[in-house]
Amino acid sequence: MQSFYAVYRKEMGHYFVSPIAYIFIGLFLFLSAYFFNYFLSAMIQQASMMAMQGMRFGAPPEVDVPGQVMRAFFGLLSTLILFFTPILTMGVYAEERKRGTMELLMTSPVTETQIVLGKFLASLTLFAVMLLPTASYLIFMCLRSDPMPPWRMLLAGYAGVLLLGGSLLALGTFISSLTENQLIAAVLTFAAFLFVWVLDLGSNASGSVGAVVQYLSVIRHYDDFTRGIIDTSALIYYFSFIALFIFLTVRSIDSMRWRRA
Amino acid sequence: MIEVENLTKTYGEATAVDHISFAVNKGEILGFLGPNGAGKTTTMRILTGFMPATSGTARIVGFDVATDSMDVRRHIGYLPETPPVYPDMTIESYLDFVARIKNVPAANRAANVTDAMRKTNLEDRRTELIKRLSRGYKQRVGIAQALVHDPDVIILDEPTVGLDPKQIIEVRNLIKGLAGNHTIILSTHILPEVSMTCDRVVIINKGKIAAVDTPQNLTSQLKSGQKIRLEVQAPPDAVKGALAQVPGVSRVQVEQLPSSAHSIVTVETAQGADIRSDIAAKIIASGWPLYELRGVSLSLEDIFLELTTDDASHAQPSVN
Repeated sequence: MQSFYAVYRKEMGHYFVSPIAYIFIGLFLFLSAYFFNYFLSAMIQQASMMAMQGMRFGAPPEVDVPGQVMRAFFGLLSTLILFFTPILTMGVYAEERKRGTMELLMTSPVTETQIVLGKFLASLTLFAVMLLPTASYLIFMCLRSDPMPPWRMLLAGYAGVLLLGGSLLALGTFISSLTENQLIAAVLTFAAFLFVWVLDLGSNASGSVGAVVQYLSVIRHYDDFTRGIIDTSALIYYFSFIALFIFLTVRSIDSMRWRRA
Repeated sequence: MIEVENLTKTYGEATAVDHISFAVNKGEILGFLGPNGAGKTTTMRILTGFMPATSGTARIVGFDVATDSMDVRRHIGYLPETPPVYPDMTIESYLDFVARIKNVPAANRAANVTDAMRKTNLEDRRTELIKRLSRGYKQRVGIAQALVHDPDVIILDEPTVGLDPKQIIEVRNLIKGLAGNHTIILSTHILPEVSMTCDRVVIINKGKIAAVDTPQNLTSQLKSGQKIRLEVQAPPDAVKGALAQVPGVSRVQVEQLPSSAHSIVTVETAQGADIRSDIAAKIIASGWPLYELRGVSLSLEDIFLELTTDDASHAQPSVN
């Protein structure tokens, strides 16, 4: 436990003592705020236009503005994550290997699992810290809406973002453990992310094959969360995804001992 | 303290370490001497638990490196070839991190960190970022890192490489000061380093142990084939003829220096006796001006040459 915490603490220090975390969070918040503003004003404009049309032609159609904005915003977050997480994970192991500090960790009384979990949870913490301020946009919007949308929509949405982000971080750290080169790690991670993303398009395949391929896509399960639904099969999917890649990373670190350095 | 038996490491076809055995006693400094690629780093990596051996056993403080790796790791401090430092950390926070992962109890941590910094003379730069330090300071941080948990065994892979002469002397004194309380293995390819710091030397070449002895014994053993270098103003052939008559001379080589009448003479002596004065007397008696005369200390290459040719002559006496 002490060793795990030491690794976690060191990683957090690495993020927050250097400018990495601040640049990262700043850029992320700028982009997400810009798009939130855009979605909100577009949706309000659309709703008022429909209300005017309704006045002229009879019963106004119901427009769920906060619900629509939330769905669009969570969709945007997933896209931003796709671009941000490979940069976050590319150095996690590649940098340690290049600097030779992996040798220090592997000759200290720390197990591979403690190293991997410490690093994974640190990257997840940074991810959560990056995400947290965006909730203020949505909370503000919800408080000003009438009727107020249910809070579970907000909570389910963030649970979804965390699970999706956690899955991608697990996959990204695994890829980082395979190479000494950060750039290669980033490019491969991005390619892998795109692949697990577009598996959704496999839905064109017919029958059970199509259903299986569709189930494997990371983004498919995310949709439910953005609608305020927490589905157990989605939870199982994300937790197994994270566990699988954490396990593979542990094996990959362990295999370094057998490679010729 | 350290027992190594028949340790072997192969990478596919290549054998990096070939059935080596040696033991190190408590408080001793053992030097690992060999050219690059001799298997020094591989042996050290096996001892530290970084990589497993293909066959053979190694025990540190009674723990087997293969089966009790975690216990072994608690009892060793290890400085790899490049100091394993994080550039974004300060010296103090880095040593604190290492103390944590080495399971130093929280109550002793600050004291251990201060102690390691004091031993390596880093105290006045404790808050400096490691990336701003010079090569020599980084190396010191690397050594401090190996000491911070006060381990029984310290393994240092080329601790003086890349340092300037003043820093080399500091590091050597530091290592000598650590002996007694700690058992130390250090590797090097510099011969004087071994004779200055180590109690015992293991000479390793191509994965095999060529010799294990004290530096004094090794040096005296090597004196037998000493070389003497002279600079004389004399015709090459005459000088060669004259020196060959001096008793104890086994071989004379003469080179004419371009653009002067000086000759560079290399004399190899046969056994034991110091014949430098005899050679000087011969030159003076012949009436040639003598500009330089000095004994050439044997390089590592010469030692290997000697050790390997010895081996060959034992194995195949008919060839010579």
